[in-house]
Amino acid sequence: MLKDITLGQYFPGDTLAHRLDPRTKLLAVVCYIVAIFSCHTLWAYGTMALTLAVAARISKVSARALFRGLRPVLFIITFTAVLNLFYTPGETLWTWWVLRVTREGLYTALAMVTRITLLITGTFLLTYTTSPIRLTDGLESLLAPLKKLRVPVHELAMMMSIALRFIPTLIEETDKIMSAQKARGADFESGGLIRRAKALIPLLVPLFISAFRRADELATAMECRCYHGGEGRTKLHVLHFAARDYAVLAFYIVLAAAIVALG
Amino acid sequence: MEEIIKVENLTHTYGVGTPFERSAVEGMSLSVYRGELLGLIGHTGSGKSTLIQHLNGLLRPTAGRVLLDGQDIWAEPKKIRDVRFRVGLVFQYPEYQLFEETAYRDIAFGPTNMGLSGEELDRRVRDAARFAGLDERLLDKSPFTLSGGQKRRVAIAGVIAMEPEVLVLDEPSAGLDPRGREELLEHIRAYHRERGNTVVLVSHSMEEIARYADRIVVLARGRTLMSGTPREVFSRGSELVRAGLDVPQATRVAMELQKRGLAIDPAVYTVEDLAAALLALRKGGGC
Ligand SMILES: Nc1ncnc2c1ncn2[C@@H]1O[C@H](COP(=O)(O)OP(=O)(O)OP(=O)(O)O)[C@@H](O)[C@H]1O
Ligand SMILES: [Mg+2]
Repeated sequence: MLKDITLGQYFPGDTLAHRLDPRTKLLAVVCYIVAIFSCHTLWAYGTMALTLAVAARISKVSARALFRGLRPVLFIITFTAVLNLFYTPGETLWTWWVLRVTREGLYTALAMVTRITLLITGTFLLTYTTSPIRLTDGLESLLAPLKKLRVPVHELAMMMSIALRFIPTLIEETDKIMSAQKARGADFESGGLIRRAKALIPLLVPLFISAFRRADELATAMECRCYHGGEGRTKLHVLHFAARDYAVLAFYIVLAAAIVALG
Repeated sequence: MEEIIKVENLTHTYGVGTPFERSAVEGMSLSVYRGELLGLIGHTGSGKSTLIQHLNGLLRPTAGRVLLDGQDIWAEPKKIRDVRFRVGLVFQYPEYQLFEETAYRDIAFGPTNMGLSGEELDRRVRDAARFAGLDERLLDKSPFTLSGGQKRRVAIAGVIAMEPEVLVLDEPSAGLDPRGREELLEHIRAYHRERGNTVVLVSHSMEEIARYADRIVVLARGRTLMSGTPREVFSRGSELVRAGLDVPQATRVAMELQKRGLAIDPAVYTVEDLAAALLALRKGGGC
């Protein structure tokens, strides 16, 4: 059911990819994204796809799990592909009624689909192999220089880790409340728009109440442990780069540079 | 005795195709007989909640069948809602599902979904509140202003009001104080006796199950470990202990006394029975 949403889900493991410093992975993903947007030749796309395949292999994430992450954006992918396919001017390959497919259209559509697929699966690989806590730790550390510009980096990171921490809890809770109301004959699946919206009330009211209760409890618990923002706060797990981090980072920087220059 | 629910070789696997794949119930078979009060007991994580969500079709078996009155409940998936009205399920911590403005309207939610209204609806709500031990005066209050125990009763009444043939309760007394527990369970027993309906009571307290159930099914690691009357089950006390479960205190005392050479029945399971057995022993000059 709702549990099938893998958006931002972490698959625990003990592979090289899991052990990397989160900052390395974040920077590598930035390089990866830059490279993907610079791809113009088949060779470039092939290299990126190969990189992704090897990375997935190292992380021991199955192709199925990787592509499942695409499900929520399937519609957008199809939509872009169709638009590009029919509305790019150029040399006509095939016409039917008002539809006209051009060579350029075909290429752009294929390139678009590949690009989005690589982009999304690549970033999913990051969240599959990095726990949300480490991810925000890495982000906070990378953005630390912005503190000089009075950007509340620590607070933003804390908000993000709390949000990430509670997404699975809220999904679980939604599932549970939904089941409980279904057991009383609630029907979430049939009827028109208004009826469906109304049917959500028995789900949303308890969900909000419990979310507020949780927020309240969490705030109290944090205050009880003397949390008062990031000032002077030390870390239990201090991040540091190992040789493997330098190696991976070097690889991605070279990759991005090569693709930008040649691709 | 006539079987109202029959579970055949039920397997349920969570998270198929993810690294979290895990069978919570594995090849379990179980019968529920019409009119009985069945106690379902098992260690934490033994699959009790998973099992009972199959009884009213909230979960679909990965393998195996669930029969209600001899009919596979998934024979016509469109009619699964009717199954939910016939097998009422009260979840663990049901107070978190309340949403209406008044307790009355919350209890009426189930019967309203069944298409009831007017006098019949009113009668059902009031009857259910009485069975759940909820004071009539609380019916017009917002459920959110009630105490935890009162909320629990509203939630239980909400399922009883559908007048299901089988009422399944998942740890109804969890988190209540001893008096609250006893009151609630007494109300459930009274409901069972007065209505003669089938009740399935899930718990991990041996004392509770021993006291209230006609028949007990013990689950361990997703399978049925044993089933039978409380006497039959508690006479296999050492097996229960090995499955990580407790035996009732009275049974433990009796087992210990027997070990020390007293001719006492080790399968007594209530304090009253134990006292009677000890008195009989004393009269007979056994100690
Ligand atoms: N929605 C779910 N997704 C994944 N795994 C689950 C889910 N619900 C339960 N499980 C797993 O299935 C197993 C059985 O859980 P279940 O809730 O049925 O146990 P239980 O006997 O009701 O335990 P308790 O006495 O603690 O309520 C547990 O190991 C649990 O981790
Ligand atoms: Mg449970």
